[in-house]
Amino acid sequence: MSQVFIALQANEETRPIIEAIEADNPAARISREPAMVRIEAPGRLVIRRETIEENLGRDFDLQEIHINLITLSGHVDEDDETLTLHWDR
Amino acid sequence: MDMKAPEKKLGIKERYRLLTRDLAWEPSYQSAKDIYPYLDYEGIRIHDWDKWEDPFRLTMDAYWKYQGEKERKFYAIIDAHAQNNGHLNITDARYLSALKIFLQAISPGEYAAHKGFARVGREFAGAGTQVACQMQALDELRHAQTQIHALSNYNKYYSGFHAFAETRDRIWYTSVARSFFDDAMSAGPFEFLIAIGFSFEYVLTNLLFVPFMSGAAYNGDMATVTFGFSAQSDEARHMTLGLECIKFMLEQDPGNLPIVQKWIDKWFWRGFRVLGLVSTMMDYMLPKRVMSWREAWEIYGVENGGALFRDLALYGIRPPKGWEDAGKAIDHMSHQFMLAFYQWRFGTAFHTWIPSDEDMDWLSAKYPTTFDRYYRPRWDYIRKAEAEGRPFKNFGLAKLCQCCQLPCVFTEPDDPSILCHRETVHRGETYHFCSDGCQAIFEDEPEKYVQAWLPMPQLFQAPLFGDLMAWMDWAHLKDGLDNGEYPASSDQQSFDRWRGLATSNT
Repeated sequence: MSQVFIALQANEETRPIIEAIEADNPAARISREPAMVRIEAPGRLVIRRETIEENLGRDFDLQEIHINLITLSGHVDEDDETLTLHWDR
Repeated sequence: MDMKAPEKKLGIKERYRLLTRDLAWEPSYQSAKDIYPYLDYEGIRIHDWDKWEDPFRLTMDAYWKYQGEKERKFYAIIDAHAQNNGHLNITDARYLSALKIFLQAISPGEYAAHKGFARVGREFAGAGTQVACQMQALDELRHAQTQIHALSNYNKYYSGFHAFAETRDRIWYTSVARSFFDDAMSAGPFEFLIAIGFSFEYVLTNLLFVPFMSGAAYNGDMATVTFGFSAQSDEARHMTLGLECIKFMLEQDPGNLPIVQKWIDKWFWRGFRVLGLVSTMMDYMLPKRVMSWREAWEIYGVENGGALFRDLALYGIRPPKGWEDAGKAIDHMSHQFMLAFYQWRFGTAFHTWIPSDEDMDWLSAKYPTTFDRYYRPRWDYIRKAEAEGRPFKNFGLAKLCQCCQLPCVFTEPDDPSILCHRETVHRGETYHFCSDGCQAIFEDEPEKYVQAWLPMPQLFQAPLFGDLMAWMDWAHLKDGLDNGEYPASSDQQSFDRWRGLATSNT
């Protein structure tokens, strides 16, 4: 199956986001590279606002992810609660 | 007493609709045809522009907010870089050659992309595409500005950064990137979007801005990392726009498929040729390397590009025509290109060098089937000639490919011992090509490419008439300062001296 991925800058702001992605996507594989973190998953990756807020301890707007996003692959589907990357339909 | 009722917060989908679709209106006193004259110029048929959706649903107000935040982070790091002698924190000054190529070939491309998106944002009829293109035009302008600004700190201390705009237009290895953008900008709006949104963003930028920028971090250059990652976060939106537009064209009308496929074939190959520059930057110019060009290609080309084409297969799209030839070239391109840079090092506005034993061992570990067999012997020969006082230089001028404008230095896909060279006769004139891919692109639109301005043939025409030193003046290239070998260059001497001063109290 095709992999989707997202890469985020490695910094304090993304730590709780990466932990949330890890918690919500058991199949995700995380690789830490210089200055960046790459997260890939088979077919689908879901980023949930609620889990990030629990980790972060404050409100979080999913569009804040643009500040530390580096790149991604897959179709993007975004609403208020989730940002989903997927190749399967 | 007035009680202010709390306003109901709009959901992302509703807000997106209000701030994009409601910007559109039906023209009353002009015809749609007059307003959007290029929509049917390329044969693409669109029946319902409202079907196009921006998956990120980013609106202008959110865009300003998050871009403003990114700029604050960026300038904090640029200030820190300038304040703490950031130019001395890099691994060594060979790294600057990669930055010079970036500034000379890539940053002006960002500016060209800005102009292109400003144009197609105007030429597309849908409000969704117009808004997305407007944001992308602003992004590209920001990328050019932040890159030039970040690298201006190096310009205070090192040579080769001072005339990137002239270099971009006049020197042979930058004209590959220039011709890519000129070709895109002189195409219709849909083709432009495939060229930039698909080929440049999906295929090129991941390979340039992700592993190379991670490499910049490894080499101590946080200023470049920051502009690179800050730009690439916009690219994530751009890739999404490019992919969305391909899907949109294919879903709107089955007649669009062959046109889109032809553009994918063309722009994949054109993008792949631009990547030749990136492959040498990654394999040869980073003193400390994160991954080889081959490894980066496996991740972002094979895996990522492969996923994209498996997905588009649903619409009848097949992988680009040059895909197999590209796969065969991966083990060779950086070595062949670096050898070209080295032998023509009098004509580059950056430094080159013979790889050290350690560098060659790294290359042979990363390219186990090709480096020791084809490229180590050449570097050994060059090193021996140098030691014997007869440095290897090629004062003949390279034959440039009429399409991609690269020197014809690449080999046959199936035989790395034979130079690949193709010819086409058009209206009595012979044109030369570096590959089947470039020849096919020319033969499809010969009238476009016969007009190409090529740096090498131009050298022999008025007003230079073959005068190499006059060419250097014209290209703002300072002989002996900007070009030549890295060892004993002013960049090396300055770096070593300043670094010594920075780490001692004498």
